[in-house]
Amino acid sequence: MLKSYFKIAIAVLMRRKFFTFISLFGISFTLTILMILTAFVDKVINDNYPDRKRDRSLYITGLEEKGVRKNGENTSSGPMSFYFLNHYARTLKIPTKVAISSNYSSTNTYVNNKKIVINYKYINADFWEVLDFDFLEGKPFTREQIDNGERVTVISEDTKKEYFGDMSSVIGKYIEADNVQYRVSGVVKSVPITTYMLYSDIYLPYTVSKTDYTNTGYRGSYTGILLAPSKTDMVPMQREYEQMINKLPMESNQFDKIFSHANTFIKGYVNTGNEEKSGLNYAFTAIAIFAFLVMLLPTLNLVNINVTRIMERSSEIGVRKAFGASSRILVYQFIVENLILTFLGGLIGIVLSMIILNFINNANLIANLPLSVNVTVLFIGLLTCLIFGLLSGVYPAWRMSKLNVVDALKAQ
Amino acid sequence: MIHLKNIQKVYRTDTIETLALNSINLEIAKGEFLSVMGPSGCGKSTLLNIMGLLDAPTKGDIKIDDQKTGHLSDKQLARFRNKKLGFIFQSYHLINDLKVMDNVELPLLYRSSSEKKRRQLALEALAKVGLSNRVKHFPTQLSGGQKQRVAIARAIVGTPEIILADEPTGNLDSAMGNEVMDILLQLNRTEGTTIVMVTHDENMAKKTHRLVRLFDGSQVQ
Repeated sequence: MLKSYFKIAIAVLMRRKFFTFISLFGISFTLTILMILTAFVDKVINDNYPDRKRDRSLYITGLEEKGVRKNGENTSSGPMSFYFLNHYARTLKIPTKVAISSNYSSTNTYVNNKKIVINYKYINADFWEVLDFDFLEGKPFTREQIDNGERVTVISEDTKKEYFGDMSSVIGKYIEADNVQYRVSGVVKSVPITTYMLYSDIYLPYTVSKTDYTNTGYRGSYTGILLAPSKTDMVPMQREYEQMINKLPMESNQFDKIFSHANTFIKGYVNTGNEEKSGLNYAFTAIAIFAFLVMLLPTLNLVNINVTRIMERSSEIGVRKAFGASSRILVYQFIVENLILTFLGGLIGIVLSMIILNFINNANLIANLPLSVNVTVLFIGLLTCLIFGLLSGVYPAWRMSKLNVVDALKAQ
Repeated sequence: MIHLKNIQKVYRTDTIETLALNSINLEIAKGEFLSVMGPSGCGKSTLLNIMGLLDAPTKGDIKIDDQKTGHLSDKQLARFRNKKLGFIFQSYHLINDLKVMDNVELPLLYRSSSEKKRRQLALEALAKVGLSNRVKHFPTQLSGGQKQRVAIARAIVGTPEIILADEPTGNLDSAMGNEVMDILLQLNRTEGTTIVMVTHDENMAKKTHRLVRLFDGSQVQ
């Protein structure tokens, strides 16, 4: 039976080549977009360089202070101060280490009259221990160097190339950023910008920061990562952090509630800072709406083409019914035919995705984020094909099955 | 074999009611070859469609092989048609995307039979209509007479007890028409298949056992 469906499906596809082209184009184009999106999301979520200990790390990305007053609501939210993380988070009992780093800022510098934009980030000593950066040369700067306020830096591989050119070793050389000369102590493999909490061109000791890191306010421009001794300590560590937040004294009489959470990687990554709505919900909703919109038009298009195609075959439907096909068998046949079409489109989509991903990687559109069609992406692509095939096949097939045999036979 | 009792068929639109068949009572015996004649629009094809369970009467009962058919579900009707009935249409209704062999096999797809068995039965049916050498052709590569012979092979491949033919020679010249008629007569004679044939051609009708004439939806002979 399936062989017979396959035969007729191919014959129908070959009969109206233009319709087939439009259908296949719609399907493969949609799938390509979805697969590239999936490849991107998959890479961002699953590539764990340099935070390889994600399974025992909790990310603190924001703090929100709220107070309801007569004249309205006071809210202050965003990253934390260095003081807050160092004083309150680092003194927690469970975390073995707490990496603290500032958001990256940009500065311009000039090499041989060429302008280079350098992103810099201030970090503490634990940062090198919580995260597993791949050192291509040299080593991280030490706790003593940080305490002494030495002007040392660890730079990314990309920055080395851009600033120093083809020099084989740059350890001990100086790099200028924000009109200050920093001595290079190490070079690490670059982090893609999508890992925004850890991305930077150069990493600097927090003690050389021009802003006052001793300021005792809670809010600032730093984020932190708590490292648990083992996976089983994750929940207690999260609880300990929450308890600390609950006991935290208000820093001003404008506020009466403080919110801040130590989250797992994904929750931390998409944290919006809004207490009422989780960032995860936003992210999922956004991805779902995007996928729905991307799929909606081609699905409607395919439904329309399918209805036309099926109605063209009303004589065949009449004959099949006359010779013993029930409506259910016919619905099944047309859905299978449509699935064959969508899987064909899916195959073209996969090939197109590979070509486009290859292009994106070669053009280095997103630095240090090599995208690829892996098993997850392929699986999601095939699943999408299935949903697409069913969605666009069921309605036309149902309409066709309702055709009266006599009318169907007269239609020719 | 076929019992039609008080069959009435009314077509309704928002404004008009058309009486297509009016109180038709007909008994067709097993092995009988019956022809139905009448002017265009008199209800011949409607009657044939009702006998073939392709259309339901507005009123009346149909019994085929002693089985009442009024209460059958879509699935049961499909199975009943597949087993008991074979159809031949004036415009052949072959599926142009499929080869002759696949067209003939079609009724067997809705039964539980192996591919090998289907092939064998289809070849036998094609041999009966003299088209063993056209197995791999597509319908568009055949003449009108050949197409109708393929349609006959498709109608008989499942060895139904009844064949309903709606003007099977209507689109053919007299030589081809005679060829097709000879095949039907032989089927009736050698296999005992009950055949009901709608025709405009008096000569063809004369070759059958009995003639029923319709006029304005009523039986006049």
